[in-house]
Amino acid sequence: MAYEHETGHSARRYLAGGCLLFVRDRTIRAPAGRRFFAVATGSRLTIRTKGPDPRSAGLLADAHALGLGEVTGIDVADVVFFDAKLAPAHRKALEAVFVEPLLQKASWTAPKAGVDTELLPGVTDPVAAAVVLAIRTIGDIPEMTIATGKHYDVHGDLGPDTIATIARRLLANQVIERWAPAPLTPSFVDTHATAEQAVDHVAITTLDDPSLQALDKARGLSMDLAELHAVAAHFRGVGREPTDVELETLAQTWSEHCAHKTFRARITVERGPGAGTEVSPLMQQLRRCTDAIDAPYVRSSFVGNAGILSYVPGVTVAVKAETHNHPSAIEPFGGSNTGVGGVIRDVMGAAHHPIAITDILCFGPTDFPADQLPEGVLHPRLIESGVVAGVADYGNKIGLPTVAGAVLYDPGYLANPLVYAGCIGVAREGDWQLPGPQPGDLVVVMGGRTGRDGLRGATFSSATMDATTGDVAGASVQIGDPITEKLLIDVMRDCIGLYTAVTDCGAGGLSSAVGEMAEGVGADVDVALAPLKYPGLRPWEVWLSEAQERMVFAVAPDQWPAMLAACTRHGVEAVSLGTFTGDGVLRVRSGNLTVLQLDTHFLHDGRPQRSMVAELPTPDRTVTEAPPCDDPTATLLALLAHPNIASKEHIIRRYDHEIRGATVVRPLVGEGRDGHADGVVLAEPADAHGLAIGIGVNPWYGVTDPERMAHAVVDEAIRNVVAVGADPSSVALLDNFSWGDPRRPSTLGELVAAVQGCCDAATAFRAPFVSGKDSLNNEYLGSDGARHAVPPTLVITAVAHHPHADAAVTPDLKAAGDLLVLVGHTAAEFGGSHFAMVSHGVAAGPVPAPDPDAPARYRALHTLLRTGRVRACHDLSEGGLAVALAEMCMSGNLGADIGTLPVADVATALFAESTGRFVCEVAPDDLAWFLHGLGEPAVVLGEVTDAAALQIAGQHLQLDTLRHAFKGGTR
Amino acid sequence: MSLPRAMVLAAPGTNRDHDVAFALQLAGADPHITLLEELLANPAVLLRDTQMLVLAGGFSYADALGAGRMWSLAVTHRLGDVLARFVALGRPVIGICNGFQVLTRTGLLPGALGHNESGHFQCEWVRLEAATGKCIWTRDLAPVECPIAHGEGRYVHPDVATLAANGQVALRYQVADGYGNPNGSLADIAGVCDETGVVLGLMPHPENHVVARQHPRHGRGTATGLGLALFQQGVRYAEAMG
Repeated sequence: MAYEHETGHSARRYLAGGCLLFVRDRTIRAPAGRRFFAVATGSRLTIRTKGPDPRSAGLLADAHALGLGEVTGIDVADVVFFDAKLAPAHRKALEAVFVEPLLQKASWTAPKAGVDTELLPGVTDPVAAAVVLAIRTIGDIPEMTIATGKHYDVHGDLGPDTIATIARRLLANQVIERWAPAPLTPSFVDTHATAEQAVDHVAITTLDDPSLQALDKARGLSMDLAELHAVAAHFRGVGREPTDVELETLAQTWSEHCAHKTFRARITVERGPGAGTEVSPLMQQLRRCTDAIDAPYVRSSFVGNAGILSYVPGVTVAVKAETHNHPSAIEPFGGSNTGVGGVIRDVMGAAHHPIAITDILCFGPTDFPADQLPEGVLHPRLIESGVVAGVADYGNKIGLPTVAGAVLYDPGYLANPLVYAGCIGVAREGDWQLPGPQPGDLVVVMGGRTGRDGLRGATFSSATMDATTGDVAGASVQIGDPITEKLLIDVMRDCIGLYTAVTDCGAGGLSSAVGEMAEGVGADVDVALAPLKYPGLRPWEVWLSEAQERMVFAVAPDQWPAMLAACTRHGVEAVSLGTFTGDGVLRVRSGNLTVLQLDTHFLHDGRPQRSMVAELPTPDRTVTEAPPCDDPTATLLALLAHPNIASKEHIIRRYDHEIRGATVVRPLVGEGRDGHADGVVLAEPADAHGLAIGIGVNPWYGVTDPERMAHAVVDEAIRNVVAVGADPSSVALLDNFSWGDPRRPSTLGELVAAVQGCCDAATAFRAPFVSGKDSLNNEYLGSDGARHAVPPTLVITAVAHHPHADAAVTPDLKAAGDLLVLVGHTAAEFGGSHFAMVSHGVAAGPVPAPDPDAPARYRALHTLLRTGRVRACHDLSEGGLAVALAEMCMSGNLGADIGTLPVADVATALFAESTGRFVCEVAPDDLAWFLHGLGEPAVVLGEVTDAAALQIAGQHLQLDTLRHAFKGGTR
Repeated sequence: MSLPRAMVLAAPGTNRDHDVAFALQLAGADPHITLLEELLANPAVLLRDTQMLVLAGGFSYADALGAGRMWSLAVTHRLGDVLARFVALGRPVIGICNGFQVLTRTGLLPGALGHNESGHFQCEWVRLEAATGKCIWTRDLAPVECPIAHGEGRYVHPDVATLAANGQVALRYQVADGYGNPNGSLADIAGVCDETGVVLGLMPHPENHVVARQHPRHGRGTATGLGLALFQQGVRYAEAMG
């Protein structure tokens, strides 16, 4: 073949053993001694759709968006590759299972034209696993190895070069797939591979600094010189060189991803305000702030896998949010997919039962010209569709509602998309307080099998991306298997009380999970006992694999049979790898060969504290004159059509937000079920009370004034839960920072300022932070040598108690004749505003300032909202008052006649983004009651009408016109 | 009198088993979630102790190569004739979403379910109207409003006219008041029953609208169409069967 696209990956046979086993491996350079299989003599089943395949339309639209306008159609078919010839009777039996004759037709002849793709051998492949299971169920078919792929017929007047371009840029993500002109010769996982069970010692104790740095680079450790010195000194003390496994384990445990070196660093301010002073470590600042607030409902903060709250006696709530940015950049589906899976496991690792998911996504502009993309960067449109599909796949399949979220677009996310995923769980009091591993307890690993998945993911996610990242990072990306994780959730429900400790296998795999659990206790484990997806793994690969869907438990030997029985019942694999010892030493063996022996104190506390230098930002906060606004109607329509404000219905509807029947306020609300809610409310069908979740994020403020940004987004997250009727005196916060490289003093300075804003806001609202995560180094080093960092992106998740879920409040207008009241202060603050964004070239002025009256206002408003008499409530955020009113009208399918504005200047009144504000709808008879209860001046804007139009500041906007702008961009 | 015992069958990857169990409980049944492997190990329990059978929604076996393929393989190859005998006894069976897909694959219900016209998973509310007097679950049922949550729910059948004439079109998507046919199903078909009217399959999830608060317009005071009634009809029928 002229352009057969074999990327030199190792090909392995798919192991047809075990239960639903999912195989992946994407090592680009095949270790020596591994066998390669490319089989041309097997069977191939191609399943085509009769008539038009609905999946084709999306592919065609994507092709056109990538500038491939000459493509007129793309038909897709499913392909199963068998590594042996199938008898006719066996073909018939398999067809009967997998081919629906009313919809599909099967072919056992390989097509001679078009494009074939195949998942790389070792990539998680539930379809191949299902075919293996089907073969076993049918019974008389010999066991064989399976690979799967897709076949595409691309239509149009296209040469081979164009088809190759389409294959490369649209049909196959070469991180997980290969492609070839049909027919492709399939490759299979090698089921007979062997690996040397050996351990290498790495000379480090005698190296000079340049050699240490060379070693760090060669092994991809991502350690700095001080850390390398600490490792060398430790092993000089021990009197030997470290093994490769020890070095990798230290690199993982000490990685930015696992150890949060920057948030624990000693920071000195140089230049600018506060020069020469030292700043407390950032994590310490957040913790101190939480301790000072001392909220009675916080049960656990900043320890373990999640923050833990309790609002109702006997029940606790676990909350956690994570990022999965780097993996999503190179393999959007797998990256977001495993991001969701990972954060759900965090909640499971806190011994809570997951009940809901959140997601906040940041992409480059989806209309970005394809020919101007930086080298090695996927088009934002493909990143968006892949990420959304990945979130939907995991959440929908695991059976959790994806409820709250946000989608942001900015050129700063072009090379570094951001994917935040959160999870909420519940437990009964007593079920989650675990004693921790006891000497003699078994080290049990449960769930998915171990493969080469995601090796070195923690160190990868702590490094800067560059144009070659997609090529070299293949092994750092995983594909999730939500069904296995679903079964783990079910098993854990049956295993309450049977274990003394639990944690999830995340970054760093067993090394992190067992290493953390063994802290101070010690453990002795044999990695040769771990169930593998395919043979041939070296001990370090087993120990460090980031194979998904695994949990580690500490189990007393007398409880182990009961636990194993629960696993068997649910069809989940679990094995004991060893014991917790009590001697404080972590020992890892492969059979009799010791590959790691480390003092757990050194592993966890031996890392030298990092010293870093910050330069604080000096934002100009001078309030200037409001910018001019010549055409308020055009501005409002431009705002409603802006991707950050426009309807996200096309994304939200991909997620199941109804499952569990507990989503009382959904992400989409109103008469037509198409308006965005402020916060969401979850309440079990049988409960009177519930939980509210709100999100705050605004990177555009962060670019100008990170401190005010932090304050504003904390305020926004709290505002969102207050608006739906939750209790502002019950709020707990999660912080998730996605930032650039903190070794640049100005970038670290922005982080310092943002943490300051977080602490000030948390203190003002008496809303403690309970958990957080930072993702740093979100930068792209272009082939031109220029660095591109993401805008400072702090996502705040607020969780609060909702005392009366039946009376939850939504923003959609309810009845003509009601009055609309603006609550809060309005000022000419346009810094980072969307008004400034759509009115190019205006002088924007400062980022909105914190409103010192906001905490008292929210408490007063809550007493009004909880009566159920306030008909609608909407928080003001991007686009200000005019956008908020337009949204209320559209979702209520009612008009509004606004006769009074809060300030004389029209631009300020309509579009300023001052914090702390809401619009409330009240019946005329309730106005006096409302204003009295509020206890501060408010502006009665006007009234709700049934005229299907918004009248404001002399402008008359039909609802249809507003809707066209708001929903016009919906794909 | 004891409540009719309902078996909610859960295969690896079904995920609305608890939702439907809650709905059945509200409807007056005694629901038990049974894992598929447990039933396969002891199929007789279905005939001995069970008055009604529910195949729950979700993504059994990850819906590999098509929704419900592997679950129906397990049912046809490993459950033997137990399910057919249960149906022959006239005891009510309902398959929701993934359960519906399985019932069509096993041949207990006519037709098949293909990818939604949109080409992707959709979660939105629909309004269902009963379209036949034959089906014991939907006979005289007032319109039900409830969500869909599926990617492969487009109903197809080679001869819809005969199907309808035969009284087997149990539920249709009502196209009115902002509701529609969400997935391109032929003749707006949302659910079909077998020739006896006792086995029902449907794509939407009435189990997610069994208390008023679950309706998205609850706060507007205009929520209607509780899905509980559908389960109550099935439970009453099972009760009468004894």
